[in-house]
Amino acid sequence: MMAPFFKYGLFGDDVSLVVAFITGIGFGFFLERGGFNSAKKLAAQFYFTDLTVFKVMFTAIITAMVGLYYLSVIGFLDLSLVYLTPTFLLPQVVGGLLLGFGFVIGGYCPGTSCVAVSTGRIDAMVYLGGTMFGILVFGEVFPLVSNFYVSTPMGQITLPQITGLPYGLLVFLVVLMALGGFVGAEWVERKMASKKAGAAL
Amino acid sequence: MSTQGERHPQPYWNPYVAGIGLGLVLLASFVVMGRGLGASGAFSSLVTVGVQSIAPDHVAHNEFYSEYIGDGTKSPLKDWLVFEVLGVFVGGFISGSLAHRVTKVVEKGPNISTRGRLLFAFAGGGLMGIGAKLARGCTSGQALTGGALFNVGSWAFMMMVFGGAYAMAYFVRRQWQ
Repeated sequence: MMAPFFKYGLFGDDVSLVVAFITGIGFGFFLERGGFNSAKKLAAQFYFTDLTVFKVMFTAIITAMVGLYYLSVIGFLDLSLVYLTPTFLLPQVVGGLLLGFGFVIGGYCPGTSCVAVSTGRIDAMVYLGGTMFGILVFGEVFPLVSNFYVSTPMGQITLPQITGLPYGLLVFLVVLMALGGFVGAEWVERKMASKKAGAAL
Repeated sequence: MSTQGERHPQPYWNPYVAGIGLGLVLLASFVVMGRGLGASGAFSSLVTVGVQSIAPDHVAHNEFYSEYIGDGTKSPLKDWLVFEVLGVFVGGFISGSLAHRVTKVVEKGPNISTRGRLLFAFAGGGLMGIGAKLARGCTSGQALTGGALFNVGSWAFMMMVFGGAYAMAYFVRRQWQ
């Protein structure tokens, strides 16, 4: 085992900030390459006309997932040292719902709004202002919602642990599901495009 | 800068190619740092610093803000996510400039005024800020990062994000179509 490098002490906190900056550059670069700087393109996901959000997101998830799996199988990476956010089911379900509403109303999510701001999208600048206002509101009402915030705690828990299925099998199933999803997404896009062309005649 | 005078925005990459690139960045972050990507956390640090500069006592007595302050030995802005998000701005700008996609524009459908679109953008951002804090992360920190790690809460979160957005889409269709 030699990875995660930071956890094995290969470099310290100051260098980690340089790593953060470089990682962010890569993150922002590929977000923009995929078209995530455009609210119109992002929102189109929810009208079935352009399913780029699903395609990019699930390609990224399975790429990282398969990579993690093989790196841990060959003994290069200690998966238990990769930070896992603890699960608090109910607040995460409600938070996810609010985030979903905000996504189609605002047109971005926090990460995508950053690349939209740096490529000149004025609505993204306003959106980001709204996000910070929302965080401020949450901070101010936190004493009132703190009980809910820590409700239904499940600890650091993964799908392999909760289902009892082998890790590799779940990787395989998610990859299969994603590939099926991609085929379906291409079909839906073609269908919507021909419907639109039909309506224009 | 292109010398041929070719200034038309280039088309975006194939989504699967962009997705593989994004996945490799995420994987590299796991391998090098032992953590995934994020976005909303950086803005929480920024908001905390803002509130702290106005009302330091208030921040010290609030559990939410004090989590971003830490033990007070270093600035809340000297934080991994803050530096990562700075990089996201830069990376987006690099990619956008290379493809001539940096333009001052308001993204909206033809049937809504600019003012209306900006109001929606602010409201959506606000909901997103509240939701991301309640869920302990946003699309980057939860859906993408937690998704790749099989995190139970992240998968529940991700389903709800898509469910919520599809449920709301009909009501705001005027904005996009």
